[in-house]
Amino acid sequence: MKKIVVVGYGPAAHRLVEALLQRGFDGRITVIGEEPRPAYDRVALTSYLSGVSAEDLSYPVPEQAVVRLGSRVTGIDRQARVVTVEGGAREPYDVLVLATGSAPFVPPVPGAEHAYVYRTIDDLDAIRLAAKEAADGVVVGGGLLGLEAADALRSLGLRTHIVEMSPWLMPRQVDEGGGSVLKAHIEELGLSVHAGAGVQEIVTDDKGQVAGLRKPDGTIIDAQVVVFSAGIRPRDELARASGLEVGERGGIVVDSAMRTSDPDIYAIGECALSGGMIYGLVGPCFTMAEVAADRILGGGAGFEGADMSTKLKLLGVEVAQFGAMTGALDVTYMDPVAGVYKRLFISDDAQTLLGGICVGDASPYTSLRSFVGKPLPAPPSDLLFTGGGAQLELPDDAQVCSCNNVSAGAVRSAIADHGCADVPGIKACTRAGTTCGSCVPMLKQLLEKSGVEVSKNLCEHFAYSRAELFDIVRVRGITTFSELIAAHGDGRGCDICKPAVASILASLHNGHVLDGEMATLQDTNDRFLANIQKNGTYSVVPRIPGGEITPDKLIVIGEVARDFGLYTKITGGQRIDLFGASVDQLPEIWRRLVDAGFESGHAYGKALRTVKSCVGSTWCRYGVQDSVGLAIELELRYRGLRSPHKLKSAVSGCARECAEARSKDFGIIATEQGWNLYVGGNGGFKPRHADLLAGDLSTEELLRTIDRFLMFYIRTADRLQRTAAWVESLDGGLDYLRSVIIDDSLGICADLDAHMSQHVATYQDEWRATLEDPEKLSRFVSFVNAPGVPDPSIVFATERGQIKPVVLS
Amino acid sequence: MSWVNVCGYQVLQPERGVCALVDGRQVALFRTHDGVVHALGNQDPFSGAYVLSRGIVGTRKGEPTVASPLHKQVFSLVTGHCLDEPAVTVPVYQVRLDGELVQVAVSV
Repeated sequence: MKKIVVVGYGPAAHRLVEALLQRGFDGRITVIGEEPRPAYDRVALTSYLSGVSAEDLSYPVPEQAVVRLGSRVTGIDRQARVVTVEGGAREPYDVLVLATGSAPFVPPVPGAEHAYVYRTIDDLDAIRLAAKEAADGVVVGGGLLGLEAADALRSLGLRTHIVEMSPWLMPRQVDEGGGSVLKAHIEELGLSVHAGAGVQEIVTDDKGQVAGLRKPDGTIIDAQVVVFSAGIRPRDELARASGLEVGERGGIVVDSAMRTSDPDIYAIGECALSGGMIYGLVGPCFTMAEVAADRILGGGAGFEGADMSTKLKLLGVEVAQFGAMTGALDVTYMDPVAGVYKRLFISDDAQTLLGGICVGDASPYTSLRSFVGKPLPAPPSDLLFTGGGAQLELPDDAQVCSCNNVSAGAVRSAIADHGCADVPGIKACTRAGTTCGSCVPMLKQLLEKSGVEVSKNLCEHFAYSRAELFDIVRVRGITTFSELIAAHGDGRGCDICKPAVASILASLHNGHVLDGEMATLQDTNDRFLANIQKNGTYSVVPRIPGGEITPDKLIVIGEVARDFGLYTKITGGQRIDLFGASVDQLPEIWRRLVDAGFESGHAYGKALRTVKSCVGSTWCRYGVQDSVGLAIELELRYRGLRSPHKLKSAVSGCARECAEARSKDFGIIATEQGWNLYVGGNGGFKPRHADLLAGDLSTEELLRTIDRFLMFYIRTADRLQRTAAWVESLDGGLDYLRSVIIDDSLGICADLDAHMSQHVATYQDEWRATLEDPEKLSRFVSFVNAPGVPDPSIVFATERGQIKPVVLS
Repeated sequence: MSWVNVCGYQVLQPERGVCALVDGRQVALFRTHDGVVHALGNQDPFSGAYVLSRGIVGTRKGEPTVASPLHKQVFSLVTGHCLDEPAVTVPVYQVRLDGELVQVAVSV
């Protein structure tokens, strides 16, 4: 059995292990990592400061590998083929892979020991701690990582400066013109840019605390936090000490098979020097990992350099660069007012696209990157003005996903040969779009062009999606199903469209779900305001807002359950479910409950279910906010709100998250300053952690944001689409969602707000209303010709002291 | 065969089924949008529960149907055939109006 030892546990190492296992390697893999945690997504590192946890950033640890965290490898005995680990442990290998990554470059200036770097989660923790005592921060380095670090300091509330040696920002990605547009964007956000400036020293005060950064011209930028983010240096010290060949300026020399000068030792990722280049982008590093895995297992793959094209969004500005940054001819479009700069480089015969730079609008990147080295698909001015033209036909060999090296041809084959009919399908099949996600719009275009007809029709009766029907009902002021299907549908409906339309009508008009024709549209649960069980009986769930209940009310529930012989169970949503009621019993049960002050819990509806809470700051010694109070407020605000699917929520009173808010459609976690709002979580069949939508909100801001989130979801989601799938389906994702419901980019927020106010103002308890209406009550009988006669098919046995259903066959 | 009075026609709301106990049998009655009354056995053959009268009434390619409220299999109100699994059927009962009275035929 072959033994593979991997030194370093970053993204490249993770990808290597994954690739080995995927290719069927069944020997022993040992991964030795210096950091105290498994590999994580460094591309998303900044999100850690906005509340995404280290666990969320982490890649899953493969079960088949032995992983040693917090361990440093001290030496390699190449003769004996053994690595030694700090503390003396020895790990023999047949194949050794060095994936030691890189370290931030810290220039040797006086005071540099007081500066921070920006690479690991521990670095971020240290910066966050330092920022608590600081007002100003400065980042040395105006490249990609420098701007990310600057964004991090800004998000920590510091007045932020950026010092860059070159005359403009991001000199490796953009030219001077692009740099000036980028600078304007960044200054607009309140950051100060010092381009063409260096660092002479880090200045400290008489207590030894950092006070600022002195530039070579003698001027001082006041700052209490200094972060160096001025490039990386490959971690090649282990290789160097073991006598492996390293480059003059660092980096472990590898051939196209990713092999070092010792054929049993490979190097991948940022520590590897391939063709004289160090690659600091995740895409090429993943490719190296795949190549090494293939070679280790006897394949013939090779790494022949990588496309260093980049597209990213830094501090809210899109920046992209692809292909060459020079050319015989170039065409430039610049709009300083809109903050857009686009430039294409073209061969001297004006036939071939060589490369391009975009700032403020990266759309040409998506459409044109694949045409580098190929004939221009359209006149350059068209390409710049139309945003690149989504209609361009990509050649099969064009690379769509650079992170995972997936071509347009591979995506087309996934669609045509493997039947992938949507973006998630393509992701699963090809891995395209699974790393940075920037190619997802392209995947969609390829899908659309492939002619895959994804029918959005609700059912045979309506040639519309739910969202389209919602608009029709809203705009035309339609109030009944019959009116809608006569004018816009076919036939008399079915179990798919009727409840969907009932939900739309209820969302818009908030009338009683059993009023008139509405009653005929409802699934049996809404029709009897209870949850049907396998034997045709129903269960009853009274609302217990926030899970808080008085002893007297608990006793009432117990008495009702005892008197009607119901099976009782505590639910996952901090309520009590009473099972085994016949339709005839439901009104009698509810009369007792309503008299005691209970109301419908809507457990039967596609509606708000429950807002779970932990006990919060009132009792808990760790709590920082009153989570129970907020949960009750939210539950009472949104109770009865009909939606495309059920809605669950929870509020946690501190970051320990005892209420499991991040598994909910909208979850709230208390912070010292207010509330963090997470959306799109799900448990169940396909668990998903909710994403942070907005942080540190006041209660008022929180309610407004949730109001809009829910109403926007109700208007635009598909039938039975939970918020998790809905959020994932939004073009532009969370950023788009924020732009709509926080920045009001569609101008609909006033409308959404008014809609929610109307819901809150017109809410009524539907069980109380039912009890007050003899016509509605008359429907709660087992037999129309024998009211009061119990259904003889309902039979119970006993188990653990309670009833259980027996289905007669 | 004899006809049994079940209920008044007006008691049947369009597209909202009810169940009647006829000679010990559970009969699901449906009045469709066009005013016609249909009668099927109330037992859902897939789950064994007596629930078909509580399903959603609609049409499939023009044929009047009811969907089981438990697992949504669709049955023809005319033939009693399950349109999703043609081998499965539920009993169809004859039904008529005597003036305002709905009557169901049961075999003696």
